[in-house]
Amino acid sequence: MAQSLMNKTPGGGSTAFHDKQISMAHGAGGEASRRLVEELIRPLLANDWLNPLGDAAVLPAQSGRLAVTTDSFVVQPLRFPGGSIGELAINGTVNDLAVSGAKPIAITASLILEAGLPTEILRQEITAMAAAAGHLGLPVVAGDTKVVEHGKADGLYICTTGLGAIHPRAELRADRVCPGDRVLLSGPIGNHGMAIMLARAELDIEADIRSDTRPLAAMTEALLETCGAGVKWMRDATRGGAATVLNELARDARMTVVIDEEAVPLDDAVRGACELLGLDPLQVANEGQFVAVVREEVAAQALETLRNTPGGERACLLGEVRKGSLSRVLARASYGGVRVVDMLIGDPLPRIC
Amino acid sequence: MCLAIPAQICELLDDHLQLAVVDILGVRRKVSVQLLQADPPRPGDWVLIHVGFAMSKISGERAAEQLELLRQLGEAGAAQEEAGGYQVAADE
Amino acid sequence: MKYVDEFRDPALLRKALAEIRSLVEPGRTHRLMEVCGGHTHAIFRFGLKELLPPEIELIHGPGCPVCVLPMGRIDDGLELANDPECIFTAFGDMMRVPGSQGSPLESKARGADVRIVYSPLDALRIAQQNPERRVVFFAIGFETTAPSTALTLLRARELGVMNFSVFSNHVTVIPAIRAILDSPDMRLDGFIGPGHVSTVIGCRPYEFIARDYRCPIVVSGFEPADILQSIVMILRQLRAGESKVENQYGRVVPWAGNLPALKALAEVFEVRPHFEWRGLGFISQSALRIRESFAAWDAEKVMPIRGVCVADPKAAQCGEVLKGVLKPHECKLFGVECTPERPIGALMVSSEGACAAHFKYGQTRLPIVTT
Repeated sequence: MAQSLMNKTPGGGSTAFHDKQISMAHGAGGEASRRLVEELIRPLLANDWLNPLGDAAVLPAQSGRLAVTTDSFVVQPLRFPGGSIGELAINGTVNDLAVSGAKPIAITASLILEAGLPTEILRQEITAMAAAAGHLGLPVVAGDTKVVEHGKADGLYICTTGLGAIHPRAELRADRVCPGDRVLLSGPIGNHGMAIMLARAELDIEADIRSDTRPLAAMTEALLETCGAGVKWMRDATRGGAATVLNELARDARMTVVIDEEAVPLDDAVRGACELLGLDPLQVANEGQFVAVVREEVAAQALETLRNTPGGERACLLGEVRKGSLSRVLARASYGGVRVVDMLIGDPLPRIC
Repeated sequence: MCLAIPAQICELLDDHLQLAVVDILGVRRKVSVQLLQADPPRPGDWVLIHVGFAMSKISGERAAEQLELLRQLGEAGAAQEEAGGYQVAADE
Repeated sequence: MKYVDEFRDPALLRKALAEIRSLVEPGRTHRLMEVCGGHTHAIFRFGLKELLPPEIELIHGPGCPVCVLPMGRIDDGLELANDPECIFTAFGDMMRVPGSQGSPLESKARGADVRIVYSPLDALRIAQQNPERRVVFFAIGFETTAPSTALTLLRARELGVMNFSVFSNHVTVIPAIRAILDSPDMRLDGFIGPGHVSTVIGCRPYEFIARDYRCPIVVSGFEPADILQSIVMILRQLRAGESKVENQYGRVVPWAGNLPALKALAEVFEVRPHFEWRGLGFISQSALRIRESFAAWDAEKVMPIRGVCVADPKAAQCGEVLKGVLKPHECKLFGVECTPERPIGALMVSSEGACAAHFKYGQTRLPIVTT
């Protein structure tokens, strides 16, 4: 935080924040800003590294490789079935670290607030962040707040940086991927994107579809523990869906990826909503699923590891990597039909034709 | 053209507006059943829906007949194929 | 999913393919056109092309209502969107289609109030909820979709919702099929007939194809088993030297069509003397405009529409691809200047446009090998 107010008791204990809504003054760096941080934000996120409110958090020395990731969270509506922007911000950052083979050790959060944002909403989102981070024992060690004029920032944008300690046995690089490697998927796809679409658009569709936002760290760590360097590559499927991630794999590894159409796990309601709107579930966003590429010999063990980890019960073997000069993703059906699985162009749009 | 999908009527809503609620694998939407006024559907019936309108009732009998016709196809040829099996060849 | 999964049963598909292989005449090419964009999409989506024997050549027809819309009509629609009082509504299919000044989504990015709706009834609801704004619904589609627009206009009149208007770009399928049949550079052996259009118009309108052009036509469903079964039926006709209209999609398509739908169409719409189809030129009696009695809801009457005429970029060969004369990858711009990300023509934008389907799903070049 910009302020260095060392004479304040660490952890807060100051009076509660009474302003009903956020105003430009809260971002100006003066008294209002101080109150926002000390009376609202710090008490909710309290930890030893954040509490001094220095210009930087001082962390203990780390041995081993470090992973750093940065991310921004922009979502409308801020709250949706299954989660909210605060939860997404923590889980999304954690997941980028997790699929890089890293255990998250610290996270920062930069908030861009729209003037006029009700304090209650901000409080809810900071609380959601605190809960998601606390669940993992992950401290929010530093942050920043800015306020922009009413009409900008859609209420709240959250930008994060995550720091993680890389597992000693992790060797995750696209150039390690070779023909014969197997492709695994952690669970059912399309839940997040459809939850948002139904919560947002004037599509007038009712369905019990909830965002799948969740941290993947336990699953990725379990995978690395049991399979070590047998895990070649991992990526979490977010915007653009599993199709985008698989295409990135094909492109970065310079291979062809072949998946089984019938192996893709899909909740009934997600399938129903996608059929109704003419969408391909492979292109719909996720916030709690990842793809892993493992050596053929450890594939069965990898799958069992995921299925035995809480949250990984519906993990599946999706397909395999093959030699191929076109670097694309193919989906085969059991009757022999093959189609190209394409990367998303823009957001998925409902169609009637 | 025309993405139209099968859905099951779960509730009839409004006599005048001729609306019904349909269900597709747990997903629900209101649709107009005005086009089926000659033989209005009832809860449990299956209809084909397109842009918020039920276009046609789906006949279970005709569907079953069709599937039976399909089952009788290629008897000789199919036996040969199934014995052989399929494999997707390597991509170059 | 009922009435879907059974028609994707691998065992049935294998049987149908085996039957097709036994019915084709070796060395002879059977040129079959699927008229409807939904069939084009399905053929690619289920990888049917590569499964069919080489004697079957599938030609993609002009039944993509987005693809056949001339750019000028899109420009006209977007001019309406630029009016700050206007809420421009359309199906998702339209959002990325490029006019000469950009697409609806691009207009939205520049500040126009552009909204996706799933149903024209949703557009009417938006009009009711925003009485101080003017809501325009950019209506597209063949006879499958036109009745929905008609019923919506009837409802608008009944409720007295005066701030709602429709810009009608509905087109009809029979004149397009006739234009294809009359085209000198076309030689077709059979038609996979539009399935959902037929739920409205029935099967009788296709009789002239079988009778006057001696061309079999089978009205087909959209699941892979439907399409393959339809091909079996066409091949059986060809073998027997017959040409008739058959209904493969009997579980949904009534031979006589849907009377309430046809009545609503007749009450609200009339046939335009002619309408320009992108790539096919002007076709008589091929499109629907709103009747005088509904003039108060006709965007072409109540709003200032210039009626611009925009020629296609010279190098684009949308027309030939639409007619089935060229395959998508034979267009010079395919995959290079014209991609789904940067489309030049509507066939690359629409998910059932032949070019988009070919680009995204096609080119698998994977022979199915029996072990």
